[in-house]
Amino acid sequence: MIRVVLPQHLRTLAGVDGAVTLDAQERPTQRTVLDALEASYPVLRGTIRDHGTAERRAFIRFFACGRDITHEPADDPLPDEVASGAEPFRVVGAMAGG
Amino acid sequence: MSGVRLLVGTRKGAFVLTSDGTRDDWNVEGPLFAGWEIYHLNASPVDRDRLYASQSTGWHGQVVQRSDDGGKTWEAVGNEFAYDGVPGTHQWYDGTQHPWEFARVWHLEPSLTDADTVFAGVEDAALFRSVDGGQTWQELSGLRAHETGDQWQPGAGGLCLHTILIHPQDPARMFVAISAAGAFRTDDGGETWRPINRGLRSGELPDEDREVGHCVHRIAMNASRPDVLFMQKHWDVMRSDDGGESWHEVSGNLPSDFGFPIAVHTHEPDTVYVVPIKSDSEHVPPEGKLRVYRSRTGGNEWEPLTDGLPQSHCYVNVLRDAMAVDGLDPGGVYFGTTGGQIYASPDGGDSWTAIVRDLPAVLSVEAQTLP
Repeated sequence: MIRVVLPQHLRTLAGVDGAVTLDAQERPTQRTVLDALEASYPVLRGTIRDHGTAERRAFIRFFACGRDITHEPADDPLPDEVASGAEPFRVVGAMAGG
Repeated sequence: MSGVRLLVGTRKGAFVLTSDGTRDDWNVEGPLFAGWEIYHLNASPVDRDRLYASQSTGWHGQVVQRSDDGGKTWEAVGNEFAYDGVPGTHQWYDGTQHPWEFARVWHLEPSLTDADTVFAGVEDAALFRSVDGGQTWQELSGLRAHETGDQWQPGAGGLCLHTILIHPQDPARMFVAISAAGAFRTDDGGETWRPINRGLRSGELPDEDREVGHCVHRIAMNASRPDVLFMQKHWDVMRSDDGGESWHEVSGNLPSDFGFPIAVHTHEPDTVYVVPIKSDSEHVPPEGKLRVYRSRTGGNEWEPLTDGLPQSHCYVNVLRDAMAVDGLDPGGVYFGTTGGQIYASPDGGDSWTAIVRDLPAVLSVEAQTLP
């Protein structure tokens, strides 16, 4: 099981409370987790990554195990703790705006 | 008994205000989509319970919401606005070419004949259409493919397509307006477009007869006389009597001819409303007095409407999509301000009351007349 923590606006949009759980993956990466998240919650398509390019939106960041992994390659494996479900993959809205 | 439903978009959510036909007492619901910018909500004229809303933030981009029960419940529908083909470039603020990039939906205009068909005006300027209730969107790319497209330049608010008018007797004819490119018309249902800016004068442009480059803020029509158009331009209030083929100025005795919204009375095609704003560098009412100006002569002769509006220390703005009229008799007029007030006049502008005073900055107001 993989856990994903979303920012408040996306939890509201997806209609979920707390962390989202996804099926376990053998070698989860940012890309595979986000692919699975969008497959389970199509309403999130375009809100974390752009349609078409699948590039991360500018004010979105990714954290895991207390580390900012935003700029790590999208196909690198995520930490073992995320793969095991012990730690969540966090989607965070950057602090900006008012 | 008949009634009115106001659909209000703000910087931090949407609000729905309802009243019976007296328009004395209002019920205020909201915020819906709290914390999101709601540039526009609009209702289908075919099905009064079919509503569309444009929801966006800088963090999460664009979402489009649809309601099939008059706003009680909402469903997120399609949010992919892909430009047709290779998007190309348009002119940037510094005169260089800049790639076309989707930012948000400014305006949603439901079809006059089909509740599942809706048009979206977006930034960077393009027109999209959905024929499946907002689930999927296709660009009407003949507009952006016009030979002047690479000359279009953003206004201060971005390169936005903010006005969509559908001709009520000829559905193949539509008008759109883009800041700061100008007004455009199609006569073939959106396949091809041409600029309709003859007669507009923009002091910033060295070529007075330039085909594009005009900062049109808003266009309005009366459905009974749809080839007479009224325009609030960056500066100047303009009128066309021939479907936009030519324009002439009708600013007349306005204290300032700068402003954003313009509206036409539902039953009186020569009664027009504007909200003069001091200047393009000071987006506030002249003299700190919030005044709607009404012309009953189709322009040129304007009277200030002040009863119930603040006449001192008022420094709010009224944005281009934030004024609307209802279809009741007598006709009602409504507008929202960047200070969060929604003002209503059930008597065509003679007197005004603030329905609500402290909403987030108001981006848009639509008035839906209920049976």
